[in-house]
Amino acid sequence: MARWVLPACVLPLLLTVGLDAQVTADRLRNTQDEPHNWLTYSGSYASTRHSQLDRITPSNVGDLELKWVFQAQSLENFTATPLVVDGIMYVTQAPNDVVALDARSGRVFWVHEYAPSAEARPCCGRINRGVGILGETLFMATIDAQLVALDAVTGRPIWQTAVGDPAQGYAMTVAPLVIGDKVVVGVAGGEYGIRGYIAAYDAATGDEVWRFYTIPGPGEPGHETWEGDSWRYGGAPVWLTGSYDPELNLTYWGIGNPGPDWNPAQRRGDNLYSDSVVALDADTGELRWYFQFTPNDAYDYDAVQIPVLADIETGDGRIVKVMLWANRNGFFYALDRVTGRFINGTPFVTVNWAEGLDDSGRPIQTPQPPGAVTYPGVQGGTNWYSPSYSPRTGLFYLPAWENYGAIFQPSSEPDEYREGQLFLGGMPLPAIPGAAAPPALRRGPVNDWTEAAGTGAVIALDPRTGEQRWKFEMTDVTTSGILTTGSDLLFTGGREGYFYAFDARDGELLWRATLGGMIHNGPISYEVDGAQYVAAAAGNALFVFGLREAAP
Amino acid sequence: MLLAASGGALGAQEHAGQYAQADIEFGARLYADNCSTCHGVEGDGIAGVNLRAGPFRNASSDAELQAVIAGGLPDTAMPPGEYTDAELSGLVAFIRTMGDVDPATLAVGDPDRGRAVFEGRGDCLSCHRVAGRGARSAPDLTDIGVLRSAGALERTLLDPSGSMLPVNRPIRAVTRAGREISGRRLNEDTFTVQIIDQDERLVSLDKADLREYAVLTTSPMPSYADQLGEQELSDLLAYLLSLKGVG
Repeated sequence: MARWVLPACVLPLLLTVGLDAQVTADRLRNTQDEPHNWLTYSGSYASTRHSQLDRITPSNVGDLELKWVFQAQSLENFTATPLVVDGIMYVTQAPNDVVALDARSGRVFWVHEYAPSAEARPCCGRINRGVGILGETLFMATIDAQLVALDAVTGRPIWQTAVGDPAQGYAMTVAPLVIGDKVVVGVAGGEYGIRGYIAAYDAATGDEVWRFYTIPGPGEPGHETWEGDSWRYGGAPVWLTGSYDPELNLTYWGIGNPGPDWNPAQRRGDNLYSDSVVALDADTGELRWYFQFTPNDAYDYDAVQIPVLADIETGDGRIVKVMLWANRNGFFYALDRVTGRFINGTPFVTVNWAEGLDDSGRPIQTPQPPGAVTYPGVQGGTNWYSPSYSPRTGLFYLPAWENYGAIFQPSSEPDEYREGQLFLGGMPLPAIPGAAAPPALRRGPVNDWTEAAGTGAVIALDPRTGEQRWKFEMTDVTTSGILTTGSDLLFTGGREGYFYAFDARDGELLWRATLGGMIHNGPISYEVDGAQYVAAAAGNALFVFGLREAAP
Repeated sequence: MLLAASGGALGAQEHAGQYAQADIEFGARLYADNCSTCHGVEGDGIAGVNLRAGPFRNASSDAELQAVIAGGLPDTAMPPGEYTDAELSGLVAFIRTMGDVDPATLAVGDPDRGRAVFEGRGDCLSCHRVAGRGARSAPDLTDIGVLRSAGALERTLLDPSGSMLPVNRPIRAVTRAGREISGRRLNEDTFTVQIIDQDERLVSLDKADLREYAVLTTSPMPSYADQLGEQELSDLLAYLLSLKGVG
């Protein structure tokens, strides 16, 4: 029998398996050592959405071609960020199915179908942002407020823990953050009068290890920032994945709006820790510091954005551990993430709800008269869509809604809290009476709200000053996250269905593809068998691009 | 010409031979725990209702009978019940055969003893996994009690190859470089196949890169017909039927 002799380089193409199937806590701390993988929602604990991969470059990005598509069996928005672990991709299909695919071909190994309770009542779609991984176990937070652990090889359940009661309006859309041997999640439900919390669970058993209430109870510091019983139903949900600094052992989470959303008179006081970032001891959940962006919020300005951690050199040569934060309230902030001290803050879009920030970063609020337009509008200057920080360019990149306002009109009477029912305190109106407002979460193919109601943009900022370096304007607003790479590319999308590659240094548009549906998650990049891929979800499908292979 | 063939249209079943013994035994246990308080051991505990004799006023087909058991009957004392498909199959099998079999002779297994067989003599964890324990080379059984009927599980224990689902068939492949790969098939298309290999890793193969590729029809699972006693088999079955997932 003739024996075939093949070059050694052929063999790796045959298999897409990892050398080490175990994603240890150590690997999660050192994601910079394995840029071919995408091991946590924001790509790393620092949540920069910066990939060091550099095979796709500004000069060859024009050679990108579609490699494969995964069509989700779901008509909900595809907001999940996939994980990629040594050639295997794990992604959720809304609301709560988990799918394992071959990251090179898109072929599916298994689908775990989870049927959420009919009691689930999320405000804004039965969506999910993805899974976390530790060892060989995947973790998913479900829309009916369960935390589910699955075998990453077989997709079969290992344990399930109730995090909250869906009948009371608790839900989860967050991708869990795995730290050490714990799985950290937060609860949504800020439109249902919940009392929010962040909680950590033992990854092996699902037992709760700690819980931090985002609204202090009686006797706790900050409780006095809620008038009367308003703290009981004050919302302050947590629906976006936090970040982690292993050196400080602090985990940072953005907290959502106080409830009822639009009637601050019903909850006088600053309403801590709504619209704040909190820094918690990752072992105990104890509060180390907080910074509140929008006290006594009247506009639904959730501080539910990604805390981006960067080490930035200041003018005098010092390296400062900062947290960069483009907030829904229209201001960009830089904070000292060791202490929570405010460093600087600047509006990145038109803002009139505050005339500026004082020396401590507290907004000087300028409420608009009844019937007048407040900027930014209810969806904010930005929102959950992930920003990116590139240590190569030193720039911070964010998806923004520009010139977008709303007319806020709180209820004249206090809303009565009823368990599991909406608790809103009013309803904002479009800035232009009678005109269409940009849909918050979903749009059809016709843009009938026009530029008069607001437009989208990718904005590049110098985080030291908040100064704008470049901007790319879109006609429609954008709900796409941003990815930067080790070759100074910037990938993002928008509601118009375009998937873009820019030069991250100057904003030059280098490439675009039409994907035919809203891009609603954040692009990621990964590598298998020496080939770099870029993945983005549009409409109800995940599209994966790679370079056209050179002719043999 | 179109032929409409539907199992549900066959109406009431006539004899015990149509139901697997395992389903009847499983149903007998469920009946004793859930139904006998009102309906009585002999099925005639409620005036005007004789489960042993039938026919039934509110159900004729097996599917209708299942619907009554699951949904209850409004305005009567018959409550709805939360049962898995396997449990409903078992209950119907037992009720349909109450007149034909003597409940006293039914070998109803004990799930706790069955777990000991599963983890001990049966050595099932060396291939299967339950709630995170055991190997992954064979299908995970965490919720097998929801997915399969008693009869189907019994057939698998006695004749694994004959009842192996086609998707689970073992794959044997040899790459052009001469590397042998074997595992269990998870998914397949014209150009590729996805398996879990002998090292419990997810592997996606391009068929064009293979020198040999075979889908085998013999299950690696041994038959337990001669390896376990009747009581052990019955206990093992009871344990498998008790596996209903986590949470």
